[in-house]
Amino acid sequence: MERLGNYTLKLNPPAYVRGSGSFAGKKEGEGPLADYFDATHDDTTLGEESWEKAEAKLQTEAVKTAIQKAHLKNTDIQYIFAGDLLNQCISSTYGLRDLGIPFLGQYGACSTMAQGMGMASVFVSGGAAENTVAVTSSHFCSAERQFRFPLEYGGQRTPTAQWTATAAGAVVMSSRPSPISIQEVTFGRMTDLGVSDANNMGAAMAPAAVRTLTDYFTDTGHMPQDFDLILTGDLGYVGSTLLRKIMKEAGWDLDNNYNDCGMMIYDRKKQDVHAGGSGCGCSGSVVCGYIMKQMLKGALHDVLFAATGALMSPTALQQGESIVGISHLVHLHSDAPNELA
Amino acid sequence: MQISEQQYKKMYEKASPNSNIFVDCLWAFCVGGAICALGQALGNLYMTMVQDIQVARTWVSITLVGLAALLTALGIYDNLAKHAGAGTIVPITGFANSIVSPAMEFKSEGLVLGVGAKMFTVAGPVLVYGTTASIIYGLILYIFHLY
Repeated sequence: MERLGNYTLKLNPPAYVRGSGSFAGKKEGEGPLADYFDATHDDTTLGEESWEKAEAKLQTEAVKTAIQKAHLKNTDIQYIFAGDLLNQCISSTYGLRDLGIPFLGQYGACSTMAQGMGMASVFVSGGAAENTVAVTSSHFCSAERQFRFPLEYGGQRTPTAQWTATAAGAVVMSSRPSPISIQEVTFGRMTDLGVSDANNMGAAMAPAAVRTLTDYFTDTGHMPQDFDLILTGDLGYVGSTLLRKIMKEAGWDLDNNYNDCGMMIYDRKKQDVHAGGSGCGCSGSVVCGYIMKQMLKGALHDVLFAATGALMSPTALQQGESIVGISHLVHLHSDAPNELA
Repeated sequence: MQISEQQYKKMYEKASPNSNIFVDCLWAFCVGGAICALGQALGNLYMTMVQDIQVARTWVSITLVGLAALLTALGIYDNLAKHAGAGTIVPITGFANSIVSPAMEFKSEGLVLGVGAKMFTVAGPVLVYGTTASIIYGLILYIFHLY
C-alpha cells in the first residue's frame, strides 16, 4: 500500500470483491433497479414489530447473502465494518450481534458504504485480514421518525427533499483475486459551505463530493474520462446539478459518464420522491447490486464511487449549526471480459 | 475549492426548485374550504337537533377531530395533506392529526415513554404558546376593563 499525493491510498496488492448482497423494500422494488437486488420486500416491516428491527433484519440478510455468495463462513471473516443512520448505529448492532465477527461500527451518514468499503479494503490490502465485510442499511420509516416527523403526520415535503431508501448493501472484500477489485481509496475531508436546510441535503453534500473527487484526480493524475462511470451516492437532483456545475467550472467535465445513486434507485417522475433517493442503504444497495452485476458482466470496467454523507444532527441544527458534508471515494476496477463484445 | 459561502448560497438557491405556490394555494383553499364547509353543514345539522349554538359547535369540533383521527389511523390523512398542505394543517383536523400520528408512531416504545411522552411532540409548541397567548390576551382585556 502506498500514499498518492495528500489524500489517496493506492492499494497494492488491491483488495478484491468476493461477494455482495443487496436487499430493498417495496418502493425500491418498484423502481428501475428492481431486477438487480437479491430480493425486495413488499412488506416493509419484514414481519418485525418495529421499523428499527426491520432495518436490522435487512442488514442481516445483506451480510449473510454476501458471505454465502463468497462461499465463506462467518468464521472466515476477520472484521466487519458496519454503519447506518440511526442513533448509536443500532441497525448494525442488532442486525449483526449474532454473527460472532469482530465488529467496527462506522458512521458516515449516507457516505458509510464507501467509508466501510474503504476500511475493509485497506485492512485486506495491508495484510491485517484475509476477508472483511462492509455493510450499511437505511429504512425510510426508521429514519423519518428519528430525523423528521411521524409517518402519518400530514406535513408537506419540499421539492429539494430526498427520500430515504429502505435498503441494505453488503460486500465481502478479500485478498484472494477475483474479477472486481478496489484499486485506490480516498477518505474525504469534511466540507461545510454553510447550508443549514435539512430538506436540502444534496446542496449540503455536493461541496464535499467536489473536494474528494478533486483530491483524487489531483493525487492520482487520473482524469474523469478514464472512467466508465463516476458515481456519487445520494446527491439527488439538486446536489448532482451543483456538483456537475462546480466541477465543470474547475475544468473537470463530468457530463458524459456521471450518475448518482439517488437518481438511479427511483423513477423521479413516477415515484414522487422529489429530489431523489438518499440514506446509507441507497448507495449501498445500488453499488452492491446493480454496479457489481454490471462490473461482473464486463459492462463497466472502471467506476469511481464517491458516496456522500450529510453529517446532520437535528440537535446541532436546532442550536444554529450548519450541515457538515463528507464524501469518501473508492476506485472499483473490473477485469471481467465484456459479455457483449 | 474557491467558492465562498455567499457564492454557494446563490448557486444552490438557483439550483433548488421551489414549491409551486399557485398549485399549493389552490389545494389548500379547496381542501381547507371543504373542511370548513363540512363543519358548517354539521353545525346546521346539529342545530336542528339541539337548538343550542354552543352545544352544536362543540359537537362539530368533536366530529371533525374524531374524523381526522380516524383518517390518520387509516393512513389516509397524510396522503391528502401531502397535497392540501395548510388546508389540512390549519383547521382543527390538523391538530388531531398532529397528536394521533406521534401516538401511533411511538407505540413501539411503550404506553408511557412512547405514546404518553411523545404524543405532544408536534402539537406541544402549539399548546404552550396558544395557552400563553390566551393568558396574555386575557390579562390585557382584564386591565382594559378596569378603567
